Formats: sequence, C-alpha cells, structure tokens
Amino acid sequence: MSGRIVGQSVERLEDRALLRGEARFVDDISFPGTWHVAFVRSAHAHALILGVDKTAALEIPGVHAVLTMADLEPHLSDRLLRVALPSPAYRQELHRPVLADTEVVHVGEPIAAVIADSRYIAEDAAALVVVDYDPLPAISDCRDAMAPGAPRAHKNAPHNIAAEFDMGYGDCDAAFAKAAHVFRESYWQHRGVAQSMECRGVIAALEPMSDVLTMWSSTQTPHAGKRVLCGLLGRDEDKLRVITPDVGGGFGPKLVFYPEEAVVALAAQLFGHPIKWIEDRREHFVSTTQERDQHWDMEIAVDAQGRVLGLRGALLHDHGAYTARGVNVAYGSAAAITLPYVIPAYFLDIKLVVTNKVSVTPIRGAGQPQAVFVMERLLDRAARELKIDRAEIRRRNLVSGAQIPYKTPLKTRGGMQVVLDSGDYPACQAAALERAGWEAFHTRKAAALAKGRHIGLGVANYVEGTGRGPFEPVSVRVAENGRIHVASGAAAMGQSTKTMLAQVVAEQLGCDMSNITVVAGDTGAIELGMGGFNSRQAVMAGSSAHAAALKVRQKALHVASHMLQVGEQALEIEGNVVRLKGGDGPQVELAEVAKAVAGLPGYYIPGNVEPGLQATEHVIINDMTYANGTCVVEVKVDADTGLVTVSRVVFAHDCGRVLHPKIVEGQIIGGIAHGLGNALFEWMGFDENAQPVSTTLAEYLLMSSTEMPPPIEILHLESPSPLNELGIKGVGESGVIPMTAAVASAVEDALSPFGVSITKVPLSPPDLIALIHGASQEKRS
Amino acid sequence: MPMLNMRFVLPDHVVDLNRVAELTGIRRAGETIEIGAMTRQRDLEFSQDIADACPLMSEALTHVGHRQTRNRGTIGGSLCHLDPAAELVCVAAALDAVVEVIGPNGRREIPFAEFPAGYMSPAIDYTEIVSRLTFPVWPRETGHAFVEFSRRHGDFAIVSAAAMLLLDGAGRITRAVLALGGVAATPLRMRDVEAALIGQVASIELIGKVAEMCRDVEAVGDVYVPASYRQHLACVMSRRALETALSRAGKSAAAAH
Amino acid sequence: MESVAETRTIDLKVNGKAYSRPVPVRMMLSDFLRHELKLTGTHVGCEHGVCGACTILFDGRSARSCLMLAVQANGHEITTVEGLASGAEMHPLQTALSEHHGLQCGFCTPGMLTTLVELLNDNPSPTAEDVRIAISGNLCRCTGYEGIVAATLEAAGRMRASAGERS
Repeated sequence: MSGRIVGQSVERLEDRALLRGEARFVDDISFPGTWHVAFVRSAHAHALILGVDKTAALEIPGVHAVLTMADLEPHLSDRLLRVALPSPAYRQELHRPVLADTEVVHVGEPIAAVIADSRYIAEDAAALVVVDYDPLPAISDCRDAMAPGAPRAHKNAPHNIAAEFDMGYGDCDAAFAKAAHVFRESYWQHRGVAQSMECRGVIAALEPMSDVLTMWSSTQTPHAGKRVLCGLLGRDEDKLRVITPDVGGGFGPKLVFYPEEAVVALAAQLFGHPIKWIEDRREHFVSTTQERDQHWDMEIAVDAQGRVLGLRGALLHDHGAYTARGVNVAYGSAAAITLPYVIPAYFLDIKLVVTNKVSVTPIRGAGQPQAVFVMERLLDRAARELKIDRAEIRRRNLVSGAQIPYKTPLKTRGGMQVVLDSGDYPACQAAALERAGWEAFHTRKAAALAKGRHIGLGVANYVEGTGRGPFEPVSVRVAENGRIHVASGAAAMGQSTKTMLAQVVAEQLGCDMSNITVVAGDTGAIELGMGGFNSRQAVMAGSSAHAAALKVRQKALHVASHMLQVGEQALEIEGNVVRLKGGDGPQVELAEVAKAVAGLPGYYIPGNVEPGLQATEHVIINDMTYANGTCVVEVKVDADTGLVTVSRVVFAHDCGRVLHPKIVEGQIIGGIAHGLGNALFEWMGFDENAQPVSTTLAEYLLMSSTEMPPPIEILHLESPSPLNELGIKGVGESGVIPMTAAVASAVEDALSPFGVSITKVPLSPPDLIALIHGASQEKRS
Repeated sequence: MPMLNMRFVLPDHVVDLNRVAELTGIRRAGETIEIGAMTRQRDLEFSQDIADACPLMSEALTHVGHRQTRNRGTIGGSLCHLDPAAELVCVAAALDAVVEVIGPNGRREIPFAEFPAGYMSPAIDYTEIVSRLTFPVWPRETGHAFVEFSRRHGDFAIVSAAAMLLLDGAGRITRAVLALGGVAATPLRMRDVEAALIGQVASIELIGKVAEMCRDVEAVGDVYVPASYRQHLACVMSRRALETALSRAGKSAAAAH
Repeated sequence: MESVAETRTIDLKVNGKAYSRPVPVRMMLSDFLRHELKLTGTHVGCEHGVCGACTILFDGRSARSCLMLAVQANGHEITTVEGLASGAEMHPLQTALSEHHGLQCGFCTPGMLTTLVELLNDNPSPTAEDVRIAISGNLCRCTGYEGIVAATLEAAGRMRASAGERS
C-alpha cells in the first residue's frame, strides 16, 4: 500500500545542508561574546571532596569564573537532578548532583566549571583547580558489589542495590520438575559506549529584551530537558526555550538530561553572556552514559523434543553510579527475553547494582541485545545437547503466525499487557535461513575444515517492542505563502525524522517534498513533546503527522470547494494547488486557501470553518507494537590468531509498513554495524579501582569500513501493525539487537571441532585463543 | 599532536621542521638507500626506489595508519615516537637501519639496535634531531615479508613480524632476519631464530620449528592483551612471515636461474 | 602562560579564497577553520586523530585538521567540504551519497567527502575494496559504510563518463 511519497525512497530533506557543510550542529552555533566552559572532573572513582582551591585558576587572564556547587546552589531549586522514571523497585535514591561537592562516585564526575574567553584558556585553568580528595574504595565489578562486606559505592548508602524486582509467570518449579532436560549457564555482555560521532554539547544565551533563556543542546529530548530546567532555574515556561539543532548521532545517551546542561544554562543566566560547552571525546568516555554490562545466571527446562518448558534465573545489572533514567534498561531486558517464543513458565530475579562507574541508561537496543543473547545462547546449548538443529529448535518454540495477536502474560513498565500484535516469526526465520543456505551449510563447513579453515553459521531471532507511547504531537500548518510547516516534539538525531514527517504530510498535501519545512525538537515550535528513543518516532510522530495532515487536507478541500463552487469530492491537492481531479478545470492555490481561512475583518470565513489552515494532533497509542526479525551470520575464524571475520549477514525482518525503504535499510545496517562492534570489538575497560582504561578511539574500537562484511542482505516482510493508521512498527534499534547472539552462535559453530562454548561478548582474539586452547586441553585430559 | 591535544605533553616550544627541505628525500646510494627524516610515509609508499630497494618497507607501509595520516606522517617521526608496535620501527630493526642525528655537536650516526633507550624513548639528546635514515639494500633475490596482526585495518599491530631470507642455489639459507614489533617495550630482533635458520636448507618444516622458538619471548601484557597471547602471536606471525619470505625467495631465485 | 597567548599572522588560501589572519600559536587548524573562518562544515569528532571527521585537503592531500596547528597552514592551500560544490551544483560524490543513503546524521560526511575526493583524484576507477581501505580512517556510527562505498563507485563512474565526454 505504497503511496506516491510514502513508501518511496525520496531524497532526504536533511541531505543537502549536511553534504555542503551548511548544517548547524551545536558547536556550529556561536554568538559574539560567548564564554566557554571546561569542567573539572573527578580523577577518582570514589572519594570524598575535602576542598576545591580555585585561586591559581582564577589568576589566569581570560578566566571569568570557577563555579562549584556552592556558587550554583543559591540559584537552583534543587541540588539534584531528579529525572528517574517512576518505579516501585527502587531501594535507594541515587540522583545526580548538579556538581559534586562532598563525594565523587565515578571518574569524570563534574566538580567545577571553569568559564573563560576560550576553551583553550578554560582548559589551562581547569588544570590548575586543585581538588583535595580523600580516596575511598571503589566498586568496579557489579558482582563484587554484592559480596558480603563489599565497600559501598556511595559512602553513606545502606547497600549497593539501586533497585530490585522480579518478573515472571507460570509455575516454574513444576516446569523444571517435569523437564526431560535442564541446562544451566552464566552469561555476560560487556559495557559499551554510544560513541555518536558528535559528542554532546550545549550553548545557552539569555535574550535580554524578552528575558528568554534559550538552550541549544544536542539532546534527544528537548521538551523533557525544558521541564527539568524550568524546575531547577525557577523560570516560567514561556521564558525558556530548548532547541535540538542538527545532531550528529544520538544512539540513546543523548536522551538523558545532564549536569552540564544545567550548569551552562544557569551560567548564561548568571553572567548574561552566551555560554558554550562542547564535550570532547575523552569526556564522552567518562561522562556520557553507557550500557550493557549484565550478568545472567540462567536455567532452561526443555522436553525431549527441545520444547521449552520453563526459563528461570537471575540478572545482575550494572546500574553505574547514579540513576540517570530509571530501572528501564534492566526491565527491558527482563521483558524481552521470552518474546519470540512460547515459554510456559518464566521467572527472573533482577538486581540493579550500584558501581563506581558512569551511569547506565539506554544505548540503541536498551537491554534487548543482552536478553536476546542469553535466550539464543540457551537455545543453542539445548540444541547442542539434544542434537537438534539450531534452527529447528527455534522453529519448534517460536510463536506461530496463527497465534498472533499473542497475548503474553508480561506487562510493560507502564503496566500495559504485552501483546505481540503482528508478524509471522516462523516465516521470517524460514526466509532468512533459505537465503543464507542454512540447510546445505554443513557441506561447505566440512569442505572448509578439510582445508584447515573454520567457518560457521549462526542464527538469532528477536522481537522488539517499538513505538513507546502515549503520544508525540505534530502540527501541520499551511502558511499564507502556501508553504507547509510541520512541527513535532520528535527530535531528529540523524535518523531522517524530518524526511519521515515530511513524507507522511506530503502524501496528503500535494506530494511536493520541497514545499515542506519541518521543525523537530524545538520547544518554541510546539508545546508538548517526548523526543527520540525506543524506536518510537515513526510510529508515534508519524501517526500524529498523518492525522494532522488529513485534517488539514479535509479543511483545504472543504474551503476550496466553497471558493471554487465545486463539490469537495471532485477536488484533489496537487503540488501547491487544490484543483478539479485530473487538473482540467478550476483551481486555487493552497496559499489562497490559507489566506482565505486567515480571515478578513467583518467577513465570513469561506466554508464556515475554524480559522487557520492548520491542525495539531496528539494521537494516543498506549500499546507498543512489536517488530521482529531473524539474523543469520556467517563467520570465518582464524584458529591461529582468534581473528573473527564476518563474511556474510542475512537479515530478515518485519517492521510493518515501510515508509522509506532506504531509510529503513540504513537504520538496519547501521544497527548491524553497532551490533557487530558489540560482538567483536567494543570494550569499555575499567581496572579494579574503576578507573577507565579505554578513553580514546584508538583504544575503544569502533567498526570501521574494512571490518564490515560484504553488503548485507536484507529481506523485508511487511505485516502492518493494527495499532496505528499507517501500519508501521519501529526499526531504529532492530539491527543491533540480534547481532551479539548471531555472531556468538556462528563463532561457536566455526569452532565446533574444538568444542568451544561461548558465554560472553565481546569475543576478543585473546579470549578465543584461550578458549580454543582450554577446550583442546580439556579434550586431552 | 594527539599528545598535545590531550595535554599529556606540555612542551615550552614546538618546532615545525616541515619547511626544512634538506630533511626530505629518498636517495639510492649504491648498496644503501638514504631517506630524509621528514620524508612522508605516503611518499615512501609510492616510491619506486623504495619498492625496488626496500620492498619490506613498502609492504609494511600498507599497514601504517590511514591515508590521511600517511599524507602527513614522516619516517623520522615514526622512529622518534618509537612505538614498539609501529611498522616502520619494526622495519628499521629488521634491516639494521642507521639513524643519523644532528645536534649542536654536529652529526653522529646511531645503529638502530642502539637507538631505543627504552619504551618510546629514543637515545638522542633533546638538543638533537634525527636527520636521515640509511637502510642497507639486500640482493634482489631476497625473500621478504611483513605481516602483522591488528584488530582493525590501520591499527597499531598487536604483533608484527618482518622477515628476510636469502638462499643459495641449493636452497640453503645464507642470510636471515626476523624482527618482531609490538611484543615487548622495544622492537625485538630474534637473533637466535636467525642463527637457527642460517646454514639450513629452507623448508616449511624448518620454519615451523624455529618459529616455535618465539614461544618464550619476553612479552608485555596490558589490559587488552595478555603477554601469553603476544607470545602465541609471536610464533604465528613469525611462521607466517618466514613462510611468505621463503615463498618469495624461492620465486626470485628461480627467476634468477 | 605568555607563550600560549603569542600570535602569528598566517596567509593561506581556503577554498580558493585568500586569508591573512593572526592566530594563537597553539590553535589547532580545525579550530581555526571552524571558529575563526566560520567554516563549520569541518567537524571535530575526537581531537586525537582517529575518527577522521576533521579531514580536509591540504595542498590537495587529505589530512586531519585536528592534528595540525593553524600556523602550519601558512602559505598553503586548503579545501574544506564547503569548497566541493560549484555554486548550487554539487560534486558528484555529494549527489551520489544522497542517492545511496550514504549519510544519516551527516557528522562524518565532510571528512568522508574530502577523503574520497582525494581517492578519486588518485584512482578514478577504485574497487569497493579500495574505497573501504580509503575510508578506513573515517569512522561512521550510522551507516555501516555500505551506502558510502556504493555512492563512491557510482560517483567514480559518473566522473569517468563526464571526463570521457570532455576529452
């Protein structure tokens, strides 16, 4: 059901400026008289702050101020950033201070802000700020945090548990008691960094005539940021505006409100100068939130045919030092693990553990990659033990097409029932397997092995909850010059949001993309908004854009029919005119329609409509829509060095109706690259004192072009979601979710002659060599 | 420059040598090839003189960073930075390069074996600069190989191996060189391996055996890579480098006859 | 601290235009281009020479502007992303990147473009492997590089075709 614009790979609205160097990222914004900030950050993972000596720093020419909490506190309503999502699971409050003044709990925590004429001078001075620390023992590994007598990550905390809860349904004890087989295994997925190519940044300026404080921040959630800032600074809503300019990638952490935003905004208010802070890459490693460190101890119960009877265990989630978002990542993991499969009984004990490391909040995938890794590893284990084909054991357990809509016993974090609304999971898996040549692979593998080469094939399924509600507003307005202005609370961080919204609107209003301007992420353009996260914007903002565009369309046709004296049914909108269908007849420009409904003093509005050719919609969709997919990965492993080369990726997926095929594929391929990085390269190391050991991009390895596999083979299945008018499901995180699982499955397959068992990612060459040697020693002994 | 940007080094003065034309250039001088210290990696990469006289270096250069860094990076810079995992450092060790240094007391020459004073520390005074590198030219029929293991294309090597093998008409090894980069704090010449090769009839079996001698090489460990893995790779990379060198030596010798 | 405040006047050409500016001796070339000349198309992603976002053409050769001081540009010619299009007409690489969805957030794009302009000058008929190696020092977190490689091959073909027409 493609339209003329919707469903087509039209040119992106964003491209021209980006390609010509004319885009406006936050560091591209500057004003005369801007002062620059460098933060003094904690050198310790855990310490008491005994004092801060600013004297030497303040003597540097060009330095205007060195701000600590003592300087900020009189101007703030609160010392803390209370941004945690609600949950009954918290066991202690762990809100971040705006600046640390008594205790630091992770390396990189901001303590003071140096404000100077230039960043160079600010950094000179920051190096001269002397912080007197009293170091305390630090928690680096979340497992150690739970040991009896472990030091506390926060000195005065009663324990190291941030939150705990359990999740489950069915009778696990009975399921395990009657099971033919029970397999037990521990799994670990390591912490990573989002590494958007643009780091974070913020510039704030007070406009003295209007007394409006404007903050441009590379945030995914400008409306939420505005709410926090209004509260902290005590400003009225109409005296504060937050704008998300062009953003060089978000990937999750930019949805969080950060201390730096509060400090910069307050400084702009205090000094009357524009104030700018741009995060550098080394700061990104120690101050931007991270994710994925989870330890799972799991048991799976299966019958003799490999049908899953029960799943149970415990999840230890590294929460980092503070609650910067909520229990959502761990909740997302726990709620995702069973989704693709029929699992009669499930129980998970979940503990979120405080460590002296950067806070954990969602990164693309948000807990789901870990859950999929664990589930798929368990199925591979069961398949191996039962000597069932790995794809076959999945087929036996997948929710079938006939079971959809499948009401799971699970609830979302907001208490809504998880209902798998659409899709055909076994068909999706079958499509991927067929394309990948799954059936015949064993002959290729044997032939390669005969030549001393180790190749392997792996498979993983995922189901992803997308389109987190309840709404995302969109306004559509035809200006009096005929130009169509779209504004949304959705925030664009590089995922083509503006193009997506313009497509949906253009489809109803003349099909001319060049006639549409989109403002996304400006609190001055639309009052409410949620922002960009959880693969939600096409679903939520797209639905509102569709509804608003339809309303404007109906109104334009109605008014034009009065102006032209032609029945509405006979009219169409084409380009910038409303005309008789086919174009042979009277017509009126959209601009004229807009002028007509703007009204004239003392005259009727044509058609007797409400003034203004515009509409704002907040389509409410509470239930999430569930996208799914199957990934098959082929690898070759150099058993001498442990080097894994990904030689092929087949990705079959279903995100419902596709609005823009190239954008959807781009999201998937980008997610796959991210997931391959998580599987093979990305390692955010900390030593035993929780000092980070990877703080440059030479140490933290991102996927580069030479490590990518040959072009990824993407298969689209389209089961429209019944939950929204457009039939779409989110896709922004799909690519990343099954990758660690699929790669681990493939590597384990390639190394099956050695009997290697893979239970953690990333898979580094030294670890693989140790596994190969260990396994072969085990075989010998 | 990254060290400056990250404020790891805070020099009082930074002197730009880019405009000193005399420090740049590649010159074949009989059985040696002389390279000015400010000669760019890119110019070495595309130099026919280097390809002819020092193919080991040409091969190593394909692993050095990325085109944007090779366009600016110089051989003198690589050697003075003296990262033990750097490819050109390993080549200099393999070929017994001679480093010419200029200072207030004039010129002096340092054999590369004496050039590293320690981890990333060249044995030159702060008043001196490296001005020129001289590499010996090996006979055309020499088999060479530069192989390395790095996580990604263009990354510093975890372990690199540079090998040169010269055979006589009977296939007996007359000269052999094996150098390892990335294993220890400074590049290593595996002289015991070289000694075990010289005088022997070259074969895959021989190489397999001598490469194992690297198993106990002194290696450094770090948070990413344990020393034991570097020792393991030292064997694997040595074997691969020597095997490739042998295959090329065989071809050269055959072509010569 | 006096030495860091010291300035030198540099003369250079950027995108064909001559500039003469005093600059602090320690200012990075990337900061000079962005904040002094307001050519903000050149992006700064890591400031330690790994990400490639700041790549410019220095006398026609790709270089990382975060690894050079502005004073080193004295007497040299620089091309930044702003200098690639001729007026409204985009460079074939720019057009092809858009067509092949070779950019999403676009932050790495300027560095990709300058690197690829150099590649196609050096090698008008690159293979996919050549392109991958050429951009191996340019990190992109959005695209997985596929669209960039495809776009470069397409642009190379178009540039060969139009060069053939001209000759």
